[in-house]
Amino acid sequence: MSAVAAETRGRLRRRLRRLEPAAITGVMSRDVTNFLTYWKATTFSSVLDPTIYLLAFGLGLGTIIAAVEGMEYVQYVGTGMVATAILFSSAFGAMYGVFVKHRFQRTYDAILAAPVSVEELVTAEVAWLGLRAGVYGATPLLVTMIFGLDPAPGMLLVPLIGAVTGFGFAGFGVFAAAAVSKIDHFNYIQSALLTPLFLVSGTFFPIDQLPQGAQIASNFNPLYHCVELVRHAVFGFESVDLFHIGVLIGFAFAMWRLAIWRMEKRLIE
Amino acid sequence: MPAPPALRLRGVVKRFGEITAVDGLDLDVQEGTCVGLLGPNGAGKSTTMKMLTAQAMADAGEIQVLGFEVPRDSKQARALCGVTPQLDNLDVELTARQNLAVFARLYRVPRHERHAAVDRALQIANLTDRADTPVDKLSGGMRRRLLIARALVHRPRLLLLDEPTVGLDPQVRQELWALIDALRTEGTSILMSTHYIEEAERLADTVSIMASGRVVARGRPADLVLEHAGRETLEVYGPPARLAEVRESAEAAGHRVRQTGTAVAILRAENANGTLPDGIARAATLEDVFVLLTGEEVE
Repeated sequence: MSAVAAETRGRLRRRLRRLEPAAITGVMSRDVTNFLTYWKATTFSSVLDPTIYLLAFGLGLGTIIAAVEGMEYVQYVGTGMVATAILFSSAFGAMYGVFVKHRFQRTYDAILAAPVSVEELVTAEVAWLGLRAGVYGATPLLVTMIFGLDPAPGMLLVPLIGAVTGFGFAGFGVFAAAAVSKIDHFNYIQSALLTPLFLVSGTFFPIDQLPQGAQIASNFNPLYHCVELVRHAVFGFESVDLFHIGVLIGFAFAMWRLAIWRMEKRLIE
Repeated sequence: MPAPPALRLRGVVKRFGEITAVDGLDLDVQEGTCVGLLGPNGAGKSTTMKMLTAQAMADAGEIQVLGFEVPRDSKQARALCGVTPQLDNLDVELTARQNLAVFARLYRVPRHERHAAVDRALQIANLTDRADTPVDKLSGGMRRRLLIARALVHRPRLLLLDEPTVGLDPQVRQELWALIDALRTEGTSILMSTHYIEEAERLADTVSIMASGRVVARGRPADLVLEHAGRETLEVYGPPARLAEVRESAEAAGHRVRQTGTAVAILRAENANGTLPDGIARAATLEDVFVLLTGEEVE
């Protein structure tokens, strides 16, 4: 072997560790390049959806329900919808996006033939979807400001809360995409798991009206912790928020590892 | 110290449940040569290709790629390999240039060299003037060239081509052959799986014929023909009943015989000393060897 080849090999051996930033940003650059071809459609629905919801709830339900927990109902729903936007952007983006890329477009076969591991691939996908969810999670808040919500400095932390929550739900979505055998099976996950999660998270009505069992159960709903954190970011933080952020970080970490484990089983024969 | 072979497999086994897809495979690719892995569908070629990039894990045996142990050091090996898969997996919404740029990053081409690397790959694929066309607007042949160019963007030392021309028009196939031949001439080591005999015959320095998960013969195409099929093959045409008769008598005289659709082909016709019926004599081919060794007729 020539000295140059030996030197190259030595350098590569040192450089190629687990979870290399170059591999992760490389995969994310693919996501960003693709995103730039469809960002208009995504942004359109991410702005219009909360606008329609707020019009419906504000002009409809808002006339019956004056205030919830001391907030105008439209502001209550508007801040709650941040979590909904994060959930839809991350979990559905991961489920359908990963399934299509893996089974239909075979994108992951191409990426894994390059010096990228499954762990790096999943980390990059989840990180990208988390960041995206953080940004799109902020749009309902901006729309609610048009409906009279006053700006607050804590709102600047909402994209961060969104990114952590989005990372977790993207991890869940990747796990689901690796676990199901057919794309239609996402219907089970959507109806039996995600819809209840988002309805019983304190988005549309407070949890404390529910029976005690449901209140305890909602502590296991990451979306509930996200909703609480976002409202507190807007209307003032409380000490319990450390618990909320702790749960979200734990959820994100657990889902990230679960997604890697299931994807390795799926991608490596 | 001699250079390590670009590829070295010893006793590689891969099972999927009850099925043994690869069954004790030995394979070498010397630096700077093109090896054709020729076999019928289901012979284990694609599974072998997947094991070389650790996308499938061997149940037994040793795999070395460019001196790296696979799967242990597979990432290092993959950094120096280019892979063209059998199925197109380009990003169809992106342009040719964007597809190449993403892989230049994934293959760790340094930032200041990426632009030049992408331009060079476009040039190899002869796609410079279609650089900014989205992939779904490119023809089948252009997409296939782009798929090969994507594997070359980081100047790999070993190129793994899995059925590089499957499903393409003859004219497009010729174009790709010219491209692969140019790479080989430049000294890139190549392992190419194919079930097209002509492809292996034209491009490969040596051919390994694979059947049921193992290599049943290896050598230079011409040597394989001489060794297994002799010099001359006699093709006898006629109605089915007549062909059956011809086959029986040729086999009785010790010849290997294969049915080729409308004719019976009698191998080693040069040894017959006038005992064979009238027919058309032709030079023995790699196809004769392939059918003889794998028991499969060619498409």
